[in-house]
Amino acid sequence: MSLSNLIQNWQMFRTRRPYEDQYKDAPYKWAMVIDLDTCIGCNACTVACYAENNLAVVGKERFGKGQAMHWIRIERYWGEGEEMKTDFPERGAQYLPMLCQQCEAAPCEPVCPVGATHHSADGLNTQVYNRCVGSRYCSANCPYKVRYFNWWNYPERAWPNPLELQLNPDVTVRSKGVMEKCTFCMQRLRAGMDKAKTDGRILADGEVLTACAQACPTSAITFGNLADKKSKVARMWKKQQVDLAKNVQDKTEEGIRGYRVLEELNTYPSIVYLERLRNFAA
Amino acid sequence: MSHSVHSHPQLDVQIERKFVPKAKDLGPDVSWAQINKDVLRSLEKPRPAFWIIFFSALALFSFGVYCEVYQYQNGMGVADLNNPQVWGLYIATFIFWIGMGHSGTLLSALLHIIHADWRKPIYRYSEAMTTFTLLTAALFVMVHLGRVWQFYYVVAYPNERWVWPNFTSPLVWDATAIGTYLTSSLLFLYMGMIPDLAICRDNARGARRALYKFLSLGWQGTDRQWGNFKVAYMTMACFLMPLAVSVHSIVSTDFAVSQNPGWHVTSFPPYFVLGALYSGCSGIITLFIVLRYVFRFEAYMTQPILNKLIKMTFAIAMVWTYLDLIEYATTWYGSDEVAKADLVYRATGDYALQFWGMIFCAMVMPFTLLIRYVRHNYTVLLIISLILNLGMWLERFQIITPTFAKSHYPWTWTSHWWPSWVQWGMVAGSFGWFTMLFMLYCKIFPSVSMYEVKEMVHEQNLEGKLAQPVSEHAHEAGLPEGGQA
Repeated sequence: MSLSNLIQNWQMFRTRRPYEDQYKDAPYKWAMVIDLDTCIGCNACTVACYAENNLAVVGKERFGKGQAMHWIRIERYWGEGEEMKTDFPERGAQYLPMLCQQCEAAPCEPVCPVGATHHSADGLNTQVYNRCVGSRYCSANCPYKVRYFNWWNYPERAWPNPLELQLNPDVTVRSKGVMEKCTFCMQRLRAGMDKAKTDGRILADGEVLTACAQACPTSAITFGNLADKKSKVARMWKKQQVDLAKNVQDKTEEGIRGYRVLEELNTYPSIVYLERLRNFAA
Repeated sequence: MSHSVHSHPQLDVQIERKFVPKAKDLGPDVSWAQINKDVLRSLEKPRPAFWIIFFSALALFSFGVYCEVYQYQNGMGVADLNNPQVWGLYIATFIFWIGMGHSGTLLSALLHIIHADWRKPIYRYSEAMTTFTLLTAALFVMVHLGRVWQFYYVVAYPNERWVWPNFTSPLVWDATAIGTYLTSSLLFLYMGMIPDLAICRDNARGARRALYKFLSLGWQGTDRQWGNFKVAYMTMACFLMPLAVSVHSIVSTDFAVSQNPGWHVTSFPPYFVLGALYSGCSGIITLFIVLRYVFRFEAYMTQPILNKLIKMTFAIAMVWTYLDLIEYATTWYGSDEVAKADLVYRATGDYALQFWGMIFCAMVMPFTLLIRYVRHNYTVLLIISLILNLGMWLERFQIITPTFAKSHYPWTWTSHWWPSWVQWGMVAGSFGWFTMLFMLYCKIFPSVSMYEVKEMVHEQNLEGKLAQPVSEHAHEAGLPEGGQA
């Protein structure tokens, strides 16, 4: 255990994130835009995520107890106001796909006692399963409640023989007692970035997609590299006047419907949601 | 009184006229030999109630062990914890036990520093309570970890991968603070016992003699040893007092550092420290009554001492109440709408019973301590001290649970959470574990400080002599070295 190692990394603790032009010279900063207007609540993203990331199916009883493991979940909301009452049931619930927001100033990161959750160079909020001791402080501190804990020994329970053959070999099967969460399909990104590095280039826009973005039938989820100014995601962020390092949007343009969930907590999420358009007059 | 007499001998006559005999902390007929005899008897023949308490505690503890084994085998899921409710009773009870520990240090260290002599017969078991409550609290940290077998990752231990714990995490501060506090209070407890262990050594035989001989470190009671002992003990006391304050402050940062509604409160550190002292004092009252009966300590754990303890408890309870109300007031008049909604939810939502129970048990019940009948009836007082601690436990419960139930994000608001039998079993088991350890301690080690009670008797006799119209020379002659604590 080297003390110099600690001192070298001390700056890491003292840097306030995010700061202006943080990813100016970085090749990648992964981000997302989710259009709530196009989301039809079909749960295809959730299913794709289960298949891609070896998520355990916990069963009805445990789901009812709140022990589900869906890294991306479709939340349904029925509003309470007068206008919502007329909205329902003709137009049904409003859907919100919620996944880890990959916050730039993530509340989960500073509180992990062992540093199992930390910020990667490409702006992801990563979880190191081997390091996790399961104190669940990250989950307690996460305002979005998108961290999922392995309450049971799922490797044994969720995939009895021969179901383990369906598991994605690129993704760790998490053991009992560790925290897990959306990784923005880290295994796909890593494979793509390695390939691009071999070719001496950076990943092209749309070359790698997360499972949820790939599966979405209405293309409600746009995934891409925010550091690449020409990528679709970067252009959408710019159009919505959302700046990664700013907690308040300018909103000077007409028709802006981009927002980040719980912006007021200064978590600086990497996912922009586009508000649903509603025509109350109709 | 004695001081006035001795500093103004010319005023003796006036003072004597106003002299009203106050109740002494100890009775007049306690001789030094009797102290040894009584305390050593507690190591041999307690009342049968001792065994009843011990074996009940053992049974509870066994059930707790069963729950832990069950949870270890099957995963944390058996505790019915879920996504918003990730901590449950484990952390609530953890704070409760950490808090219980603080008053022992208050009695043994702070009151030692300020020379409050009434602490002398009761500080030893309070300090032991501190040590064992800390052990119990540490148990909950282990129990609540998802991978308890990797708990040492939280400690900065040498490893060749150069991996440090995350120093920004309050849990690391916790582990450090509690580890330091546990070590120091254990040392402090042990160090204060050394002269008494020597007395035990001189009166025991067989295996016990060997144990006491080993632990008393060759104590002979020479002047040099006493001198060093006093200095070391005072140094330890001065070291321990700020440590005690810091520990529960740090525990409070587990919450105050977070953004969750109801936790993001600046006044949490003093609020937690006062809450800790409060529940600790109630715990000391409970054990006072239990030990007094079980070990026949009626001559040492007397009503005047209990009165002082109760006064202290009441004062601390009032300060705690004030801080609690302050917290509500700042939330209510503040601009954080979510925290305000959370406060309303606490008082009116799913856990309103626990909230109002807390208000009743911890804020209203202390006023019964003002009634003379309550202070003098040990059965009633025992029940009330337990109720006060129930209130403090509920306080910890309602810090944790409603905040998780209604946090910032509405998706989790539908959960109506209640802990499973495994959690309750573990809580019960922790009480068993504490009581078992504490009772064992009292059976093996002197739970009343013999040498300090002797000092007290000596000083009381001295005061009694000085209250007589005597010349100042008698006072000077009557005070040997080491008589002053």
